Amino acid sequence: MPDQATSPGDQPSSVAKSGGAWRRVSITVQYAIFPVGILLLWQICSEIGFVRRDVLPPPSAVLSVWYDLITGSTDLAGRYSGTWLDHAWASTWRVFAGFSWGVALGILLGLLVGLSRMVERTLDPTIQVLRNIPVTAWVPLSLVFFGIGNAPAVFLIGLGAFFPAAINSTHGVRQINITLYKAARMMGANEWELLSRVILPAALPSILTGVRLSMGIAWVLVVVAEILAVRSGLGYLLNDAYQFFRNDVVIAAMLSIGLLGFCSDRLVVFVRDILLTWNKKETFGGEN
Amino acid sequence: MGRININSVTKRFQTGSSAVTALDNVSLSVQEQEIVTLVGASGCGKSTLLNLIAGFETPTVGNVLVDGQPVKGPGPDRGVVFQQTALFPWLSVEDNIGFGLSLRANQKVGDHRQIVERMLQRTGLSAFRERRPAELSGGMRQRAAIASVLAINPSTLLMDEPFGALDSLTRSIMQDFLLEIWDEQRKTVVLVTHDIDEAVYLADRTVIMTAHPGQIHEVIDVGLPRPRRYEMRSEAPFIALRDHVTQIVRSEAIKGTVGG
Repeated sequence: MPDQATSPGDQPSSVAKSGGAWRRVSITVQYAIFPVGILLLWQICSEIGFVRRDVLPPPSAVLSVWYDLITGSTDLAGRYSGTWLDHAWASTWRVFAGFSWGVALGILLGLLVGLSRMVERTLDPTIQVLRNIPVTAWVPLSLVFFGIGNAPAVFLIGLGAFFPAAINSTHGVRQINITLYKAARMMGANEWELLSRVILPAALPSILTGVRLSMGIAWVLVVVAEILAVRSGLGYLLNDAYQFFRNDVVIAAMLSIGLLGFCSDRLVVFVRDILLTWNKKETFGGEN
Repeated sequence: MGRININSVTKRFQTGSSAVTALDNVSLSVQEQEIVTLVGASGCGKSTLLNLIAGFETPTVGNVLVDGQPVKGPGPDRGVVFQQTALFPWLSVEDNIGFGLSLRANQKVGDHRQIVERMLQRTGLSAFRERRPAELSGGMRQRAAIASVLAINPSTLLMDEPFGALDSLTRSIMQDFLLEIWDEQRKTVVLVTHDIDEAVYLADRTVIMTAHPGQIHEVIDVGLPRPRRYEMRSEAPFIALRDHVTQIVRSEAIKGTVGG
């Protein structure tokens, strides 16, 4: 927390107040300087004609188009005006549908592989080979199987989300401190108690790392799927606008995907921090 | 309760094509309420012997009896205190101490809350009950670990270098703490250590083991009066015993390095 180092006890109180305010300003600047710098540079490049406006429209133009995309009030986005919410919802829905089945199956199988040598021998070689096939290589087959529509999109996203969840769940079980396991057995824990009260909590940090990676991959794949397999969603919007040379819409769509992806990641982190309050104390959080 | 008989036990570990004999024809009896310490150079099988009593390992030849019954696996009658403290990092001190009691196997031990409360007080951890293990000092962690084992009221305490990771001052304090607990609860204690002072200071009997293969070299009756006091360490009887044990352990360890 920003104020910890400048609590009144650390310095004479008269200095502490202005010091605290100065520190807050300094921290805000640290956060803002890089993105603001990039936007300024981009705007300037466009204004002085360093790049053509229709090739790389300036941030101000992107912002105006984005506004119309969402509200439909200025018609700057032309045929895309006011369509943002539908596309954003379509993408978000697909991401969470695919993410849910992929992560659920991934955690289940990943835990089983970690817990049982027999399941490991049965499943792990297949998982290891399949995970080396890029999910994009599944596009043609999934289109043949599921046709055009939501089904191939949800399939591809789930497939992509499956592997990080599965592999990190297996790893989570494997890295459990054997002393904890032995201690619980010594105290008389039965199989169910070992699983629910020792193995799962101990593996949880690793499982949730996998879940977070899965969420990231889900947003990559929703764009791929929407470019190739469906006629709605931000990926579709992006690709369609590209066909009509509307790079301002393309960039607005890109930023929308980034923003929604970021919010999804924050959601996973939020849930993780609730579940893992205990896990923060022993890690390096960065110097202030 | 807590009588241990180790009868002609041999333990071999198979590693690939070769077998390592960790224990060779070892016999030892531990009486109820006795404190027996095991010392010896690394590789002498002292931890293996403890694991056999705990039930984490099974003997290749021979048998281990606790109260006349062969050991079939780990169980709450034999509480194990590990060197690497076995505390669940996601649980508070209080919940760690209560962990064993909350298991189905220990439903009949007694009133859960009351026992945890007594253990917190006895280990001086009442003020730290909400803390997580990572927020405790090494000595506090080991006290919490001992409390979590004592809570399920085992008749035997098996301790595998329990204070090995502590600094020497904390270690000597913990040794006295263990003796106080023993004085109150009179459990059978088998304690593995590489610290000869500790082995002699705590024990009724000290078992000196030698390596390659692991065998019992000598069993020493310590015979120092109880309760033990820290000052005894600088008195002649203690020093004589310690030097005797040191001499054997050292000469065996040197033999081990020369012989391979």
